[in-house]
Amino acid sequence: MRKLRTKISKNIILYLFLLPMLIYIIIFNYAPLYGLQIAFRNFNASKGILGSEWVGFEHFQRFFSSPLFINLLKNTLTLSIYQLVCTFPIPIILALILNYLPNQKLKKLTQTATYAPYFISVVVLVGMLMVFFDPTTGIGTQILTRLGIENAQVLLKPSAFRHLYVWSGVWQTTGWSSIIYIATLSGVSPELHEAAIVDGANKIQRVIHVDLPVLIPTAIILLILSCGNVMNLGFEKVFLMQTAPNLTTSEVISTYVYKIGLQGQQYSYSSAIGLFNNVINFVILISVNQFAKKASDNSLW
Amino acid sequence: MGIYMKSISKKGSVKSFSTDSVFDIIITIIAIAALLISLYPLYFVLIASISSPEDIALGKVVFLPSNINFSAYKFVLEEGRIWRGYANTILYTLCGTVLGTLVTLMAAFALSRKDLFGRSIIMKLLVFTMFFSGGLIPTYMTISNLGLVNTRWILMIMGSVSVYNMIIARTFFQNTIPEELYEAAELDGCGIAKFFVSIALPLSKAIIAVIALYIGVSHWNSYFNAMIYTTRQDLAPLQLVLRDILILGQSLTNVTDASELEALAERQRIAQIIKYVVIIVSSMPLICIYPFLQKYFVKGVMIGSVKG
Repeated sequence: MRKLRTKISKNIILYLFLLPMLIYIIIFNYAPLYGLQIAFRNFNASKGILGSEWVGFEHFQRFFSSPLFINLLKNTLTLSIYQLVCTFPIPIILALILNYLPNQKLKKLTQTATYAPYFISVVVLVGMLMVFFDPTTGIGTQILTRLGIENAQVLLKPSAFRHLYVWSGVWQTTGWSSIIYIATLSGVSPELHEAAIVDGANKIQRVIHVDLPVLIPTAIILLILSCGNVMNLGFEKVFLMQTAPNLTTSEVISTYVYKIGLQGQQYSYSSAIGLFNNVINFVILISVNQFAKKASDNSLW
Repeated sequence: MGIYMKSISKKGSVKSFSTDSVFDIIITIIAIAALLISLYPLYFVLIASISSPEDIALGKVVFLPSNINFSAYKFVLEEGRIWRGYANTILYTLCGTVLGTLVTLMAAFALSRKDLFGRSIIMKLLVFTMFFSGGLIPTYMTISNLGLVNTRWILMIMGSVSVYNMIIARTFFQNTIPEELYEAAELDGCGIAKFFVSIALPLSKAIIAVIALYIGVSHWNSYFNAMIYTTRQDLAPLQLVLRDILILGQSLTNVTDASELEALAERQRIAQIIKYVVIIVSSMPLICIYPFLQKYFVKGVMIGSVKG
């Protein structure tokens, strides 16, 4: 009996510990989820959420039949998948290379150097893109012109947007993303490598047979998480990189939601699109997780 | 680590040996390339910030600055907006980090104790928010209804607490602060709160550093919340000011007097250089500090990778 009482008092205190975070989550996550129902209503500020007329899937139908829908979806998916394909393997390759570097000083130096871009803010990153590719004075523009590319005004060209977006992202995140792979690789027991060497394996073979298998579980988890974010294309960087001419490829779902929602004040319509985005994301996440479960033994849950 | 440098050296099998050394040479070249690619853009911004705009346009500035002058630095360092932005960012980052770290660690500790009633339900409710959110408009409406729009509070609080960080900390507590430790303390009459403060926290310096780092860096570099929830110029954090200058191309405000026409013309001429300087001035703190924090965020990634 006494044990139960101490357990209860312990729990009360623990709940007090938990309280601030719960309050935060309720305010910033669950309250908005309650407000999300305006995606199914015609929200009218004077009538409040519950007083606004219920219209079911009307906003979703409007979005799907809008001429912008296909283009928005295409831009979002293309950019996301392009980014995924490029940013997934490169950190792994970097980690493998760093692990086998004979010169330890070079290894440390390279590691530290590759983390640097991660600490630049997205505003500064896009700012750098804009000065480097300034049509008249940018060093990037000069290099492109010298390489023979005519009309190197990449900041305005719709066709250049995706490449700029993805490869600047690779530059910024490769080092940081490689940390987890480097840590995993350094956890490999030396005996495995000893055994491989005794069997006559050269370094390339050791990479294939010892290192890669160790990395695969982590890589799959990270891949699942990235796939689950495919429709979550971050607003921040795209928004900063948008210029009037490149909107045909740079307008994605998240920026559209912002423009018609906060600027255009179509609250219900914008919420519906946001919800659509969220649901698709979730469905992709679950599917990729299921697939990974069947294909290997690794999955998120 | 030495194991990776070992190559086959039995029976002098020359073929295998040279495959390995070719491998070594190639990866060394790639590593050096990665190093240069990572650093060169930053280096270029540095040398461009003290060069003349004409020389940059002519392509003369590649490895060394040209026509060194610091006039752009003078303009930028006199720009009040930047310093106000810095002050705001420091305020928001400091408050947000202290608040966020405290809230996160307390919650993580509570959720790491196995005899917490309803532990798994609460975890599920929290993890759910990682996958579903109200979205931009509903969140804005909530914040607006709370009267937090255009206040310093919203910028200090929002983004300080994340379920992801909490899970990392919880994993740490589960692995490092076992029940047995508390049971022993309990025998000495130590309550759970006292246990947390005097025993658990001192043992958790690493995770405190990691969580504080993650929250701090995120606050320092953010502009989105400020852009959405504030319109007042004096509340703007540094990143929002940077956006005005770097992306929207607004010019600096410190020369408005018509009689300073000469200064105005000079500022036009070095408009691009001013951008380089602004990048340097705003990024220098983090770039200079991060090598010393390396071991902390590496540790954070490793703890986070042990799936909670």
